[in-house]
Amino acid sequence: MMETAPAIRVRDLRKTYVVSERDAGAAAALRSLVNRRTREVAAVDGISFELAAGEVVGFLGPNGAGKTTTLKMLSGLLHPSGGEVSVLGHAPSRREKDFLRQITLVMGQRNQLVWDIPAADSFELNRAIYRIPRPEFRQTLDELEALLELGPLMGKPVRTLSLGERMKCEIAAALLHRPKVVFLDEPTIGLDVTMQRRIRSFLAEYNQRYGATILLTSHYMADVEALCRRVLVIHHGRLLFDGELAALVQRFTAHKTIVVRLEDCTTDLSVYGEVVSCDEGLATLRVAKNLTARVTERLLADLPVVDLTVEDPPIEEVIERVFAQGTAQGTAT
Amino acid sequence: MSGLAGLYSQQFKTSLSMMLQYRASLVIWLISHVLDPLVYLVVWTTVSRSSGGSVGGFGAAEFAAYFIVLMLVNHVTYTWIMFEYEYRVRHGSFSFALLRPVHPIHSDLADNVSSKIITMPLILAAAAILALVFRPVFHLSAWAVVAFMPALLLAFAVRFLVEWTLALAAFWTTRVSAINQVYFIAALFLSGQMAPLSLLPAPLRLAATVLPFRWTTSFPVELLLGRVGGNDALIGLCVQAGWIVVCLFLLRFVWRAGVRVYSAVGA
Repeated sequence: MMETAPAIRVRDLRKTYVVSERDAGAAAALRSLVNRRTREVAAVDGISFELAAGEVVGFLGPNGAGKTTTLKMLSGLLHPSGGEVSVLGHAPSRREKDFLRQITLVMGQRNQLVWDIPAADSFELNRAIYRIPRPEFRQTLDELEALLELGPLMGKPVRTLSLGERMKCEIAAALLHRPKVVFLDEPTIGLDVTMQRRIRSFLAEYNQRYGATILLTSHYMADVEALCRRVLVIHHGRLLFDGELAALVQRFTAHKTIVVRLEDCTTDLSVYGEVVSCDEGLATLRVAKNLTARVTERLLADLPVVDLTVEDPPIEEVIERVFAQGTAQGTAT
Repeated sequence: MSGLAGLYSQQFKTSLSMMLQYRASLVIWLISHVLDPLVYLVVWTTVSRSSGGSVGGFGAAEFAAYFIVLMLVNHVTYTWIMFEYEYRVRHGSFSFALLRPVHPIHSDLADNVSSKIITMPLILAAAAILALVFRPVFHLSAWAVVAFMPALLLAFAVRFLVEWTLALAAFWTTRVSAINQVYFIAALFLSGQMAPLSLLPAPLRLAATVLPFRWTTSFPVELLLGRVGGNDALIGLCVQAGWIVVCLFLLRFVWRAGVRVYSAVGA
């Protein structure tokens, strides 16, 4: 029974902030001294989902959609304004020691490592804080060192490391206690492609090895495509989509892309679909999804086709569409 | 408890490593810690000479003894937690403290004690040099020396708890520096750092005794210098213990309220 219990359960979760606001200018500033206007903003507006143990799920949404707020509520940094959260059977906001020992939160834009000392010293401090037995600590550290190639970095003061090097050390520090649930907020932000790939494959490896549940936000769709079969899409504090990445593409795209290589490119292709590009025998067509099969058939029958592929539009484009629709819905209600 | 002991010993190593990273700042820190009492010592020695060799029972040699002991006591009891908290809350690094399965006061306490132990030889050397130059006179009695140790430790505990609790103001306002400033000016007068409390006007003396200030610094100094009677020493130790109880209670209350505020408005 224990295996089937979800690692994370969220029901109708809400977070409302009270923000003070005033108009620009000195007069407004003076007025706001006496009469402060406040407004309630719903950062998270009633979302529900569950994560099974061992799942890796991507949490997508534009800036200010409520992703970070949700992660903070799940890790116990923020008290929810309403709804229920349960992580590994704990209410995060109680911040019980037993709960905190089993989770971690990595924030790409903040650092927990002590700036002035080598990362190795910070790791030791974490060992003491989490009371990790020496042999286990040694083993975990060796693994992390190998997977993230930390070797040469560990002895340098953290302030002398590059952004990517520091991020690798941050992630290592956050995983030393082998958390069962890992929250990652933009773990690859600002990193170059090689480093992004490295961290991605590391996270996949960590998930495999320890069966950890991972919920991550990222602006890089490549992260999500590589790691997550399932995604949650949040916009204006509401959940727009919860399901497989492939299903998201299915649901939110009305078009497919057909790429054909022809022996000659003199034919007018606009009768088959919208021509996105056509040069040197390589043509890209946009076709309504339900027509794809028929158009493909006609192309093959009518033309001297050398090669033909049918593709889904790039995931970035899909996500943009999802957000665009979400905004339209948001303004309609 | 063995877990906490491990944390304290590891924090000691970390603090050592951090301090050795910045040897220059260590020297600057030492100078500032010696300069402060030195200035007051010179001023009061001059005053006592110009008023016939003594002010309120303090001659030049007594002032020297007072400020040298004060420097050592102050070194043991001072904290930098109020500045630290302002920084933590402003830069969001406090979130990481909340994610850890240990109350953050342990790391702060361990860091404080570690730094003190590491810098103690320096401040003792400075005290020895000051003693050679200013020739202090001590009227030590055995019981006072014995009572001094618990008074010193309790003074550290009171000050640490008071300042840790005040530091939590950072949860409510982003302008903590104003609060810090008020506190430090009050402490300058009322904890005996600028002048022995017995030289202050009666109302200020009363304020220093009623508030925790005297008990955080001045009391152990007075005790060691033989300016506190046996009964008063005992009462003083009890007052210190009382403040610790009050502060622990306050700290618990303010901490919970602070974390509630922090986790309500976002980190």
